Amino acid sequence: MRPADDPGAALYVHWPFCRAKCPYCDFNSHVRPEIDEDRWAGALEAELRHAAPFLRGRPLASIFFGGGTPSLMAPRTVARVIDGAARLLDFDPAIEITLEANPTSVEAGRFAGYALAGVGRVSLGVQSLDDAALRFLGREHDAAQALEAVALARRHFPRVSFDLIYARPGQSPASWEAELRRALDESAGHLSLYQLTIEPGTRFHALQRDGRLVMPGEEAEADLYALTDALLASSGYDAYEVSNYARPGEECRHNLVYWRYGDYAGIGPGAHGRLTLEGGSRVATQTRRAPEAWLKAVEAHGHGELPRETLSQDDQLAERLLMGLRLKEGVPLSRIESATGAPWRSALDADALRRFGGEGFVAVDAGRLRATQEGRLRLDRLVPALLP
Amino acid sequence: MTDLSHIRNFAIIAHIDHGKSTLADRLIQTCGGLDEREMQSQVLDSMDIERERGITIKAQTVRLRYTGKDGRDYVFNLIDTPGHVDFSYEVSRSLRACEGSLLVVDATQGVEAQTLANAYQAIDADHEIVPVLNKIDLPAAEVDRVKGQIEDIIGLDAADAVQISAKTGLGVDGVLEAIAGRLPAPKGDAEAPLQALIVDSWYDAYLGVVTLVRVREGRIRKGSKLLMMGTRATHTVDRAGVFTPKPLLVDELGPGEVGFITAGVKDIADTRVGDTITEEKRPASEALAGFRPSQPVVFCGMFPADAADFDSLRDALGKLRLNDASFEFEPESSTALGLGFRCGFLGLLHLEIIQERLDREFDLDLVLTAPSVVYRVHMIGGSVLELHNPADYPDPTRIRHVEEPWIKASIMVPDDYLGKVLELCTEKRGIQQELTYVGSRALVVYRLPLNEVVYDFYDRLKSMSRGYASFDYQLDGYGESDLVKLSVLVNAEPVDSLALIVHRTMAEKRGRALCEKLKDLIPRQMFKIAIQAAIGGKVIARETVSAFRKDVTAKCYGGDITRKRKLLEKQKAGKKRMRNVGNVEIPQEAFLAALKMDG
Repeated sequence: MRPADDPGAALYVHWPFCRAKCPYCDFNSHVRPEIDEDRWAGALEAELRHAAPFLRGRPLASIFFGGGTPSLMAPRTVARVIDGAARLLDFDPAIEITLEANPTSVEAGRFAGYALAGVGRVSLGVQSLDDAALRFLGREHDAAQALEAVALARRHFPRVSFDLIYARPGQSPASWEAELRRALDESAGHLSLYQLTIEPGTRFHALQRDGRLVMPGEEAEADLYALTDALLASSGYDAYEVSNYARPGEECRHNLVYWRYGDYAGIGPGAHGRLTLEGGSRVATQTRRAPEAWLKAVEAHGHGELPRETLSQDDQLAERLLMGLRLKEGVPLSRIESATGAPWRSALDADALRRFGGEGFVAVDAGRLRATQEGRLRLDRLVPALLP
Repeated sequence: MTDLSHIRNFAIIAHIDHGKSTLADRLIQTCGGLDEREMQSQVLDSMDIERERGITIKAQTVRLRYTGKDGRDYVFNLIDTPGHVDFSYEVSRSLRACEGSLLVVDATQGVEAQTLANAYQAIDADHEIVPVLNKIDLPAAEVDRVKGQIEDIIGLDAADAVQISAKTGLGVDGVLEAIAGRLPAPKGDAEAPLQALIVDSWYDAYLGVVTLVRVREGRIRKGSKLLMMGTRATHTVDRAGVFTPKPLLVDELGPGEVGFITAGVKDIADTRVGDTITEEKRPASEALAGFRPSQPVVFCGMFPADAADFDSLRDALGKLRLNDASFEFEPESSTALGLGFRCGFLGLLHLEIIQERLDREFDLDLVLTAPSVVYRVHMIGGSVLELHNPADYPDPTRIRHVEEPWIKASIMVPDDYLGKVLELCTEKRGIQQELTYVGSRALVVYRLPLNEVVYDFYDRLKSMSRGYASFDYQLDGYGESDLVKLSVLVNAEPVDSLALIVHRTMAEKRGRALCEKLKDLIPRQMFKIAIQAAIGGKVIARETVSAFRKDVTAKCYGGDITRKRKLLEKQKAGKKRMRNVGNVEIPQEAFLAALKMDG
């Protein structure tokens, strides 16, 4: 039996292809007219064989197919990866296998195949229930298709989540509230509600630079966040992470591995991993980002990994707080101590801790350091200040 | 040693950009001092900054050979002079080393404030002055009008002004003839006991301290045992030479000659500019009239942006001081900025140049406090405190009165902008002394408190006159003033490095401006920040920086924590560059910008 806060080990599979690049997205996604999917499936299997030994001996709590658009994968490809993992690793009996999917009719047509392959949870990129907003976000579906896809997914998979993007330019609290209520009606117990952020290198970034896209601004964004939190709470959803809400038991176990800073292997182009090696050292792994370069590397060497980075104690503490304080549950003090080998207080900036505590941004209780709701809203300032 | 009657020692004086350096280059080229290949544009301005800014900071000399139309071979010693008001003291010492001056005036611009100031200094030094009209090849040149200005404003006869274009070389032979024919030869006795004036000295990494001298009486040879009459230091000459502008060793320097010596001097303080050099064995009976030592008039604190650079800053300041005796520094400690130095400068440009050299030559990132002048604080009980740093301002109840330095400023401005300039001078507590018209331009002379001038006077003068106003000043004694210390508080804690001493009537306006500026400069933080300006315990201005409400990454995707961590490392590095005052992190850019003198 694992301790309660041992998140277990996880496997991330990156499918880097999309039909079109969305104007807000800075993920490792690429548009290709066609790919040799058999070759890709073979390469994912090969890299899985390379990665599996580093997870061996621990039950696998999750597999997550992310992208890109993994719902462009043939169900057979998904099945090959899951079957490969089953041969190489011990699955936790309650293993969660998630696939990200776009809510277009084409992709919804593959749901049955994914379910047969072993996928038990889909995360749908609905993004909005407003047609104009969907066009603005560059999505290929409309609100009606999205709702159909959600309904269909709920018939095929025991667990369904979907994403919405809010705090969009010009979005009023009233229209967001209406959209959100509609979403709650269709929700199966888990929602990822992301505020729109403008990332360098995206089309939105260029528009914003030219003054053609104006974000609502911090005050309005904070108000929308508070509204979201209140509405979700009143519907029985727990804000268990900065942007993630779930009814009890519906939390995304895969993401919990990241946030609780557990071990995970990443396969596919540009996938990241965190692994504890024999002897206890912790490494960060990353594979080649360019799809073709990754494919060639895997076919030549059995994997597409770049040189690993060994994480120092400081690095590990920083990463643990960066991830862990996103969670409402916070970070166990014992984990801070085991990361640094020092009493937890001396591992943090005492002055910042005292001030933030006084201001109600952080709390220490039940053996955990937590960011309060107000603290989580300011987390990107809080974490650097807390680190020595 | 050169026959005295064949020597001409002269300086070129001009307003900035009127063509002094170009003329000097032309003279050097014509007299064959350098061949075409060696001719770098503006040879005399050797420091990068001098060349970039087109101003001369350190005096330089060049020996030129010229065969006159009379068939005689002349030796010309050109002694370069700085062009900016901050260095007027260096101008005066350069002028003391020669007998005549070329007064260069841009024929398209006319007489400017610096032309005037420099011309008066040359007159004070008993110089014969040859007016030279430059840029006569340009269509905008107005030779007669400018000649009229030289006669009306400066009072020099301009009938025989030499008309040239230094750029094309037109008329430069006329300048050479005027130097030979119209400037006086030096006087002196080669057999008399040695008397030589130290014109300048600087540190050279290979030669040690190089001393530039003008020999009045006697001679200096290699091996001569010298006595500095002021410092009583003795040194043996190991090299004597002249600049052509390349250094050229000579057997001896005789009366009337200008050249350099090295004498194994390690410490520049041993060769004080203005001191008289004589021979130890056969000393002169008296020293030459020296220069008054240069007094820093503007002070500011300099702090390393990264506290770890304190030692590097100290070393760098020490090295700069080797070459620039007019610059002073002593350690200072500030609660907001940590350990640094209080530095004294000849003026604002001098300050800027030192700052730029620290950045460029030593790669040091600095935080500077507001420039301040030297106040004389008369305490109850009779003692007088020379106050260089507003942070040291004593308890007002112990002060009898405070005096501040005043300057006499000459401003030349086209008629169109006169009204605005007078308004500015009045706002700056100026007292008008003179207002005269020369054609469509006005010459105004004001007495002004120096502390108003170091604040934002020069920038505003330039912008309100679209660059047409020219400005020069000299110190003009101290006067009693109703001065107060203006403190800035951040979350009720005083920020010592932002404290200012201001006239009571200016305090509220300055306090408000400073608070408003800081409000824009201090980024919002986790807490509300109160910014206050106060005189003693009385708050006269207040601004609030609201706390920010939201700053969180919406999505941490796909387990890519590395990117977040790298970002965080950058933020942590930024944290090191923040100064903590009353729990408020103030970026050093905020200090810099708040202290900038653009109001």
